[in-house]
Amino acid sequence: MVESNPKTLETNRLTEPTPNPPVRPKRRSSNPSWIKTALINIGWWILSIGLFLGIWEVMTLLGWVNTLILPPPHQFLGEIANQDQFLMPQIGVERTGANFVALTAIVATLKRVLTGLLLGFIAALIFGCLAAYFKIFGKLTLPVITLLAPIAPVAWIPLAILAFGIGDRAAIFVVFIGIFFILTLGTINSINKVDQVYINTARVLGATRSQVMRHIIIPAIIPDLFVILRMNLFGAWMAVLAAEMVGVNTGLGAIVMVGRQMFNAKLMFLGMAIIGVVGYLLDVAFAQIQKRVLWWKSNAQI
Amino acid sequence: MGELVCQQVGKVWGIDTAEQVSTLEDISFSVQSGEFVVIIGPSGCGKSTLLSMLAGLESPTSGMLLHNGQPITGPNPDRSLIFQQPSLLPWLSLIDNVAFGLTLKGMSKKERYRRAENFLSQVGLRSFAKKYPHQLSGGMQQRACIARALCLGADIILMDEPFAALDVQTRYNMQKFLLDIWEGSGKTVVFVTHHIDEAVYLADRVIILSARPGRILDSVPINMPRPRDVISPEFEQHRTMFVEYLRSEVTKAFAEQELAEMLDTRIK
Repeated sequence: MVESNPKTLETNRLTEPTPNPPVRPKRRSSNPSWIKTALINIGWWILSIGLFLGIWEVMTLLGWVNTLILPPPHQFLGEIANQDQFLMPQIGVERTGANFVALTAIVATLKRVLTGLLLGFIAALIFGCLAAYFKIFGKLTLPVITLLAPIAPVAWIPLAILAFGIGDRAAIFVVFIGIFFILTLGTINSINKVDQVYINTARVLGATRSQVMRHIIIPAIIPDLFVILRMNLFGAWMAVLAAEMVGVNTGLGAIVMVGRQMFNAKLMFLGMAIIGVVGYLLDVAFAQIQKRVLWWKSNAQI
Repeated sequence: MGELVCQQVGKVWGIDTAEQVSTLEDISFSVQSGEFVVIIGPSGCGKSTLLSMLAGLESPTSGMLLHNGQPITGPNPDRSLIFQQPSLLPWLSLIDNVAFGLTLKGMSKKERYRRAENFLSQVGLRSFAKKYPHQLSGGMQQRACIARALCLGADIILMDEPFAALDVQTRYNMQKFLLDIWEGSGKTVVFVTHHIDEAVYLADRVIILSARPGRILDSVPINMPRPRDVISPEFEQHRTMFVEYLRSEVTKAFAEQELAEMLDTRIK
């Protein structure tokens, strides 16, 4: 209609509004004040960790602790140079060159966690959408999922090892199962919460039911799912380490376990330190992904 | 073209339950192609429900709705509904929002952007094409919603208190803007509001609904040339008439307060 008489409407053009034209918020301002804030933050980090390690070292020097059980940081961190021990069959990581043997344990563990999370995320999204789209399917499966969700991922380890043997697949299964049920419930819950006005908007513009699902529901629930995923990240991380300790004899969990078996506390602590740092970095990485993928949400909502 | 007919339309909520409520009863009117009709009534009178039914989002429990002689059975891109609350999709840029209806039709990106840009310039938002809804003001968002409706070539625009959430100044500008867009376009507009001044300022014809259950009290043509002078005696006459209608209608607890709100536009 308007297409046919663009002239008439063109004369009615509004002038571009001038008041406070919104600017896409920059992720970081060039203002030096954030550099200052960041430096202060880093300072506190260094101070906090330095104090912790310092007190530990001092206590060792004073002879207050048994270094066989509680080796000081400089000793167990130094263990990383002793690469040969990571080649023991129990840890089973690959020889990759002079100094990166420990690294392959990290890669093995990360690969399991990320594969499990990715598969769990996709499966839960598909399953949740199907349950919301086909009401009967939802009603049939929801009670079972609700009952399975509270089973801790760790509790699935024995089954995983029985079913998949020792190896990647058992560990991936544990992560998958730990995230799948909870994320499926989250998906269904989020779908029910999607603002009706968005759905009506799409319907008025002629969307079919499946188009509403694809263009409205899925984009609208992704932020919620990311939040749930991130909240369950540590659960998945712990589950995979536990699996590596009890059955899947490779990866970071295995390093700690071998340390115990050999009565090598230094190796144990080195494994724990790596687990802590890598786990933290994983969470930081997820927070960044969340910000980038969901930049259209304000920070407060994330 | 965009002609609408309501024949003895009634709507009962919660039908077949203990708490069924009749919201609309025996609504009959017709809207000619190119006409600007405003429906006004006290809150809860079912005016939004009526609009939802015209859009095809709800179906009436009795009576019939016709669009160009065809019964309305569901939503149709030829009748676009603009909501009171912001309804741009927050994950799409402005141009993608305006072109959303075309995306649903499966039109190529190049073609739908070309069209959307045209309508964005009509609503004065061309330079904001790459922005996202949360970066725009409420008035800009509603303008984009209008562009989205026009972009699909809807010949009937249904508006459900589209400016109610805006501040008084923006609201006034938006009313002028809407008339600019509508005049000479041949579009049919059905506009729901509870503001008397807005009704008198915009309408070719005002349909007044009673308190729940909503019935048509009167249908008043407003034969004033546009742009209308809101302090003219004629405008005042119409305003007084509508106030009287609604005063006698609104008898519940907050009656006076609500009446005050209905008048609270640019004059008071």
